[in-house]
Amino acid sequence: MTTPLVEARGLTKSFGSFEAVRGIDVEVHPGEAFGFLGANGAGKSSTMRMVSCTSPRTGGELRVLGMDPDRDGPRIRARIGVVPQLDNLDTELTVRQNLEVYGRYFGLSRAHVRAKAVELLEFAQLAERADDEVEPLSGGMKRRLTIARSLVNDPDLLLLDEPTTGLDPQARHLLWDRLFRLKQSGVTLIITTHYMDEAEQLCDRLVVMDGGRIVAEGSPGELIRRYSTREVLELRFPPGEQDPEPVRDLAERVEVLPDRLLLYTADGDAALAAAHARGVRPVSSLVRRSTLEDVFLRLTGRTLVD
Amino acid sequence: MTRVVERPAGAGLLLRVVPPGLYAGRARVLVERAYLVNRRAWLSLVSGFFEPVFFLLSLGYGFGQLVSAVDGVPYPAYVAPALLAASAMNGAIFDATYNLFFKIKYARLYEAVLATPMGPVDIAVGEACWALLRGGLYSAGFLAVMLGFGLVWSPWAVLVLPACLLVALAFAAVGMAATTFMRSWQDFDLVQLLVLPLFLFSTTFYPLSVYPAWLRAVVQWTPLYHAIELTRALTTGHVGWGLLGHVGYFAVMAALGVAVAARRLGRLLTA
Amino acid sequence: MAARVVGPLRAALLGVEAQWTWYRRNWRATAITNFLQPVLFLLAMGLGFGSQVRPGEATGGAPYAVFLAPALLVLTAVQNAMFESTYAVFSAFKWQKTYLGVVATPITPAQILYGRLLWIALRLLSGAVVFLGVATALGAVTSAGAVWGVPAAVLAGMAFSAPVVAFTATREKPEAFNGLYRFVLVPMMLFAGAFFPLDQLPAWLHPLAWLTPVWHGVELARGAAFGTLGPAAALGHVAYLAALVAVGVLLGRKYFQRRLAV
Repeated sequence: MTTPLVEARGLTKSFGSFEAVRGIDVEVHPGEAFGFLGANGAGKSSTMRMVSCTSPRTGGELRVLGMDPDRDGPRIRARIGVVPQLDNLDTELTVRQNLEVYGRYFGLSRAHVRAKAVELLEFAQLAERADDEVEPLSGGMKRRLTIARSLVNDPDLLLLDEPTTGLDPQARHLLWDRLFRLKQSGVTLIITTHYMDEAEQLCDRLVVMDGGRIVAEGSPGELIRRYSTREVLELRFPPGEQDPEPVRDLAERVEVLPDRLLLYTADGDAALAAAHARGVRPVSSLVRRSTLEDVFLRLTGRTLVD
Repeated sequence: MTRVVERPAGAGLLLRVVPPGLYAGRARVLVERAYLVNRRAWLSLVSGFFEPVFFLLSLGYGFGQLVSAVDGVPYPAYVAPALLAASAMNGAIFDATYNLFFKIKYARLYEAVLATPMGPVDIAVGEACWALLRGGLYSAGFLAVMLGFGLVWSPWAVLVLPACLLVALAFAAVGMAATTFMRSWQDFDLVQLLVLPLFLFSTTFYPLSVYPAWLRAVVQWTPLYHAIELTRALTTGHVGWGLLGHVGYFAVMAALGVAVAARRLGRLLTA
Repeated sequence: MAARVVGPLRAALLGVEAQWTWYRRNWRATAITNFLQPVLFLLAMGLGFGSQVRPGEATGGAPYAVFLAPALLVLTAVQNAMFESTYAVFSAFKWQKTYLGVVATPITPAQILYGRLLWIALRLLSGAVVFLGVATALGAVTSAGAVWGVPAAVLAGMAFSAPVVAFTATREKPEAFNGLYRFVLVPMMLFAGAFFPLDQLPAWLHPLAWLTPVWHGVELARGAAFGTLGPAAALGHVAYLAALVAVGVLLGRKYFQRRLAV
């Protein structure tokens, strides 16, 4: 058993009387891609900021890279990379200068950061924009630059807070590709996200957070098995005509939405055939695999938590 | 029902001249917006009044004790109308350059405004009206202070207020036109480069006779010089037909500025 | 090469290095206000207005431009410190959030503060040196003692800058800077003995002027230029200004920590 890179026991964070994180236990092991999944305000970012040693914990225990953030903050930060939720690039510097200046804060020599910047620009597909200012770059480019910047110190652990929020599909896929490569090269990743597809793509293991607590933990597959069914049958009706009663016993769980019924079942096709046999006539129907989204909504409910 | 295409009844001259799409005749909505914003930040609004007053107290009374009189006028009475004109210029330039640039580039305010029936001309007119309203308030306040200190010698001084508004309009129009050419904050240092020498060298603090003849000729072409001549003549009562020349100077300046600003702003905002 | 933790001095120098990287690209944005403005003031007030002033007791017997030059050295430093300590710092906290990026590295909030203050001091120093050179060329400097005006100006500027940087770290909105400019900086420049001796103001205003870094800086710079400064007075002024810097640094450390480690 390897020593965990991050180890939290009963970790809490309060801002005044508001408890953002209410006692969580987490272990992240070397080489893992670990995810925090949760809605806005679930406590993901507060947790990330504590792990990145930029925010002191309120209570509980926390060790990062085997050290105590309160005592060894700078030494820990020297070995981790951080991609914050909002880009905080220096928009008045060029792309290259952003990397070089940032690298210098890690005590790296000028020659080293110069060479490193070239390598990272290549990695982030920004070599052509190297000497442009940051300001006019697209959102996806800025995000890639922030990720490149977080790698300037060759971190053992990379923290990414909602890395793809607000990006278009192409930019997201490019970023996922880069993150996958990092994972392949042995970098440990911790990712927060509220995108289920992102969590399924990137994470080996994840926790679902809700209201500052961890409500579930496991691999994406495990979570789906545990909290949902293998398949979901969606039956669409004209609004107001959906009636769950005739199909109630065809699935483990039936959910009623304004224009459709969701039937959680191991075999969607069988359930559909049974529904037809009972004379249920939906406008359209769809059988799909269960996703983390189903797990997530099951665990945290459909109401907006803001 | 929202009327989108039709123009309000009793459409003014501007409505008939400006092509539809650029102007909806609702510039006053922007003035209302500015009022709402400033009602919350009233302290900052009020504080703008104190700056020229501090200058008057320091330069007129402290500094002024070093000299007795300039051109036969006691120093405070000499410098006060100049400060009035200079503050009209400063306020107008600040509004038309920094504030406008910030709103275009960062606040994205106008993007939202232009998504409604409002056009770029509504924006230009609205912002200009607000700037003038505010400038007028400051000028009136300063004039009251001058009156309190006995620095207003002539009934002609009632014309100082409209004179300041004209000066402010001319500077605002030219400033706005210049802003449409600005690319980044760096360019604003060039604004400083123009405004500061105007403030310092336009006979604000000492008479034209200090300069050698060729420099006098240069200064006499600059706008703040004309503004100061105008305000100084009105508060000290040395009034003559020649003042109309100064008025003409600003009328031309304002017209040129508005023409360029409206064209450029339209292109910039609807691009 | 492995990343490592650097010491506080090195960290401050890295802060300066980052600023320098920025400045090399953006020097134009502040060059005019930093270097040209004081020269224009010297021309207009010192030579233009000064032509109306007869040298007398109030100007220490010197022409007005000579009287004004050491004071302008101090005013320039204080004024340059204003922007660098307010909007520039505020932007790094709030608009650009660059400080949030820096604290994710081994650099601590206090080290960010040291780097910023060191950078401001260097900016003030360069402004003062250039102005002294121009003033000398214009004939407004007549004694070697005027050179002491440079350290006096930097010290006075930092005595204003350090507390203001600390104040900036507590701000969520930039509105207060307007008030600071109008009700602190401008009155300080106009009424603290720079353009005319303090005795020309009513006596009840004097204690207020004594509180300002401008007055102490002007006393030092002008006293050194005119050779009228006694050692005890010099020590007193320096001590007061140094105390302001120290208070600013202590408060700044506290507020930077509070702001960046929440």
